[in-house]
Amino acid sequence: MAVNPELQGRVFPPTAPYLVGREKIREFSRAVLATNPINFDVEAARAAGHADLVAPATFPVVVQEATLAQLLAEPDAGIDFSRVVHGEQRFTYTRAIVAGDELTATLTVSSVRSLGGHNMVTADSDIVDAEGKHVVTAISTLVVRGDED
Amino acid sequence: MVDYSSLTKGDVVAEESFHLTRDNLVRYAGASGDFNPIHYRDDVALSVGLPGVLAHGMLTMGLAVQPVSNWVGDPARIVDYQVRFTRPVLVDGQTGADVTVTAAVGALEDENKIARIDLTAKFNDETVLGKAQVRVNLA
Repeated sequence: MAVNPELQGRVFPPTAPYLVGREKIREFSRAVLATNPINFDVEAARAAGHADLVAPATFPVVVQEATLAQLLAEPDAGIDFSRVVHGEQRFTYTRAIVAGDELTATLTVSSVRSLGGHNMVTADSDIVDAEGKHVVTAISTLVVRGDED
Repeated sequence: MVDYSSLTKGDVVAEESFHLTRDNLVRYAGASGDFNPIHYRDDVALSVGLPGVLAHGMLTMGLAVQPVSNWVGDPARIVDYQVRFTRPVLVDGQTGADVTVTAAVGALEDENKIARIDLTAKFNDETVLGKAQVRVNLA
């Protein structure tokens, strides 16, 4: 089953707002082996000029996850999850995520390509705050392996 | 605070080794919400043709940037971070896995005082991330 090329350019509905909790930032920070006090200690974060704990650079993956679930559940997408491999990932920030942020993600499929019998799907999740201002874009390239391997 | 003007392309700014065990993978699964069983069950990993349980690519990406976060002092100065996942990190149930990360200045963007830090992440003497680049705002 090939990935539907008509997915390219498709924009999905915004996800339900995700409220970033302090303890979630601490939990995620421990999980990625962070030791920076600004990820754990509110006083250290405030001393550096932040409103609250700062999330690690890869934290948006937690918010992005709901958008990738939308993509995989799309009936005409033709994406067989058991054949999906994570190829590339990028986060481009306007500002860091801090505890207390309420974030909403909107997924756009920016490209669908074929390469050597595989399909490459690039999905951009634009993540904005409660005021609608851009915070970070999380870009995933998924490799959907072909049938012949 | 790192002084932008003190940096030269090629400078190694941080090096760190991370020891991963299966416990780390379970912790990352819970924290991230990625419960793909290839990251904690040998039987499932083997059944899909993998040599064993693998670390989440996003765990490798997440830990590889930590030496840069500590070097720069404030993680909010990381404005862009990208990687390609080129090789898996196999995490043995008994002995775990060791990932070493070297961070070096890859490019300097003088107009806005952004340093591009290039990461080399290795497991078993082979790189596991490609084009691993962190852009850090030092203005």
